[in-house]
Amino acid sequence: MKNINILKPNKDNFRTYLFIGITLVFLGVFDVFLRSFFMVNFLSFLPNLLNFLLPFILGLVGLQMIRLEYSGVKLVDTVNKNINNNIFNAGLTLFIIFITILALPPSLNWMIFDANISGDTKEACVAVEGACWTYIKVWLRRFMYGMYPNEFHWRINTAFIILISFAFVGFFAKGKFKNYLTFYYAIIYPIIAFLIIYFLISGGSFGLEWVETNAWGGLSLTFIVSFFGLIFCFPLGMIFALGRRSELPVIRYISIGYIEFWRGVPLITVLFMSSVMFPMFLPADTFVDKLVRVVAAIVLFEAAYVAEVIRGGLQALPRGQYDAAKSLGMGYWKMQTFVILPQALKLVIPGIANTFLALVKDTPLIFVVGLSEVVGMLQMAKTNPKWLGYAMEGYIFAAVLFWAICYAMSRYSQYLELKYKTDR
Amino acid sequence: MTNKQKKILPQIFTLLLIILIFGFFTINAQMNMSNRGIDFGYGFLSQESSFDVQFSLIEYDGSHSYARAYLVGLLNTILVSVLGIIFCTILGVVVGIARLSPNYLIRTTASWYVEFFRNVPLLLQIFFWYYAALRALPLPENTEPLFGVTYLTVKGYYMPGFIWENFNILMYSILAAIISIVVIRSHAKKIQEERGKQLPVFFISIGLLIVLPALTIITGIVQVEVELPILKQLSKTSFIYEGGVSVPPELIALVLALSLYTATFVAECVRAGIQGISKGQKEAAASVGLTPNQILKLVIMPQALRIIIPPTTNQYLNLTKNSSLAAAIAYPDLVLVFAGTALMQTGRAIEIVSITMLTYLTLSLSISVLMNWYNKKIAIKEK
Repeated sequence: MKNINILKPNKDNFRTYLFIGITLVFLGVFDVFLRSFFMVNFLSFLPNLLNFLLPFILGLVGLQMIRLEYSGVKLVDTVNKNINNNIFNAGLTLFIIFITILALPPSLNWMIFDANISGDTKEACVAVEGACWTYIKVWLRRFMYGMYPNEFHWRINTAFIILISFAFVGFFAKGKFKNYLTFYYAIIYPIIAFLIIYFLISGGSFGLEWVETNAWGGLSLTFIVSFFGLIFCFPLGMIFALGRRSELPVIRYISIGYIEFWRGVPLITVLFMSSVMFPMFLPADTFVDKLVRVVAAIVLFEAAYVAEVIRGGLQALPRGQYDAAKSLGMGYWKMQTFVILPQALKLVIPGIANTFLALVKDTPLIFVVGLSEVVGMLQMAKTNPKWLGYAMEGYIFAAVLFWAICYAMSRYSQYLELKYKTDR
Repeated sequence: MTNKQKKILPQIFTLLLIILIFGFFTINAQMNMSNRGIDFGYGFLSQESSFDVQFSLIEYDGSHSYARAYLVGLLNTILVSVLGIIFCTILGVVVGIARLSPNYLIRTTASWYVEFFRNVPLLLQIFFWYYAALRALPLPENTEPLFGVTYLTVKGYYMPGFIWENFNILMYSILAAIISIVVIRSHAKKIQEERGKQLPVFFISIGLLIVLPALTIITGIVQVEVELPILKQLSKTSFIYEGGVSVPPELIALVLALSLYTATFVAECVRAGIQGISKGQKEAAASVGLTPNQILKLVIMPQALRIIIPPTTNQYLNLTKNSSLAAAIAYPDLVLVFAGTALMQTGRAIEIVSITMLTYLTLSLSISVLMNWYNKKIAIKEK
């Protein structure tokens, strides 16, 4: 017999090795499972360190024993290739499996089995060890609508439903109307949106009571701010992207200065500027609403980022496209609208989507000027003397909420990217 | 209209428009300030600030000037940014490589981490660490030591501090080590070009960096004393650790959140960089007989870095700018100390906001200049 290595299987004795190896791995995982779920440690007679490390060692030896290329068993081959291709990866695999098993019971207990969602007061949660979802339930309206009066919440809902239905017009447009869609989305839709939000949510006419913007808040405010941010920063960014690529030096340098300035400062200082410095720059008696100032600041700020993304797309287009358009006798604007921008924008869909995601994630910063959307409302609820001590539940709720919104957005952008992908 | 006019007219119009807007703002600002009886100027910087800052790297109290308060804030901002950049680079590189691992579990875990942390607003993450996670830590009197001599408590992280004697000699020894490393490196390169022999430069460098400073300590020229944090009772129920170095919880929360958040973006940059190298490069390197380590070091990494560095620089810039969120949890950074407290006390909105913005602008531009220089250095030199 040459070179016997008891840890290395070969084709002849693979069945035996497979059996022993799987048993060892199973023993290791089972031991951790018992420790984690049932607090039983049947190896407690061993010395401390060995007792602690034993499942890991068992698993490692077991995985080592079943590692054989082209063993003939399909499942084993898949396992070996994906999680067990060398000893380092086997160790990491075991580590991740054990951590998951160990972390599962406490987190599940906290979130589901020991949690409470019944009742309407804090008293319902006093005896509860896990999460107190009652807190979220009681405050849900505040998290969604801020301090907006309860009896008027239908106004916000209606406004959003109308806005969404107007946004879907594009899907039903046929024939001749399709040509005007860009015009509709770029100019008419923002105006409609502004009017709806102004008359329905803000109120003050048509018998609707006036609700000042300070009372707006929660998720609806997040949507309003990001919505206006999105529709206004896009055209502005496009202008500055074109400006930066312009042949006219004055326009180019102004665009460069604008873009580099806004990209160099943090949003929080821009918001500071809009709240404390901007009023100084206006004629003495003019008053611009806080929300309008905030949205303007966000638009100016994000437009610089959008401009840089679009510039990337413009630069990626081959020179021939410009030459071809010019040789057809197109002027500057005709060339940009019909030849260059449609192609460039298609290229930068992922970049634009990332900028928009950043915008949505930046909306919580409006707390610096005293407006509170979801995160701001959380801070308010957290310090409410009746509901002290439930910060964790609130943050997890908001994190899941934002994660869902952003994840949906990024998925949608991937879909768009595929839809508009044209092979060259 | 001639071609020349076509080019000049729009420029003149734009310029006029810009001048008009700025003029309008300036005139309004002047009117407003004269109405309120405040004058424009930066003289207030030398006045006594008369407010205290909780955490500062340099000596500071209320009797110092506003300029020094500004410096305190700036240093705190730089501290957070540097710590954040270091941690997010380490984590980002590890996660980026993990996302390309052949191991399915590691790949999936890494991509879950990236998908989750990049899609949750940074402010929320900072609040989570500060108000929820770090508040769950034990009080100082109940804390078990971590690594034997450090204490992680709800009031901050306490580490032993070092008190150096002849600290400058230690610095000189490190400087000498660096200089000799540079010399050895160029020498090794020469040897490699002449005879094709490679010296273990990396290990020599590490060795020099450890041995030279260690020598100064062993020979007793530089003396070091370790000061351990000691639990002290302030009142019946209030305890605190004294001595050593204490890291405030605000800083921990901020660095944690910033590096966990930015690391997801760095990880994506690293992944894109490594994926951007075509497989042929690796195969070609292997076929000329390079070992896997050499392939990574001499073929893959130099090329991948070219793709990785520009977007990663952007992430470093973002981290620096995002560190201004410190104001939300009352970590005394530039925004909180200067644009917050100092502005509230002096009421000089224009001056203070402009200084703050200019500071961030300078920080951003200098990082980007530095990175551009590095990027140029490693770029492909086309002939």
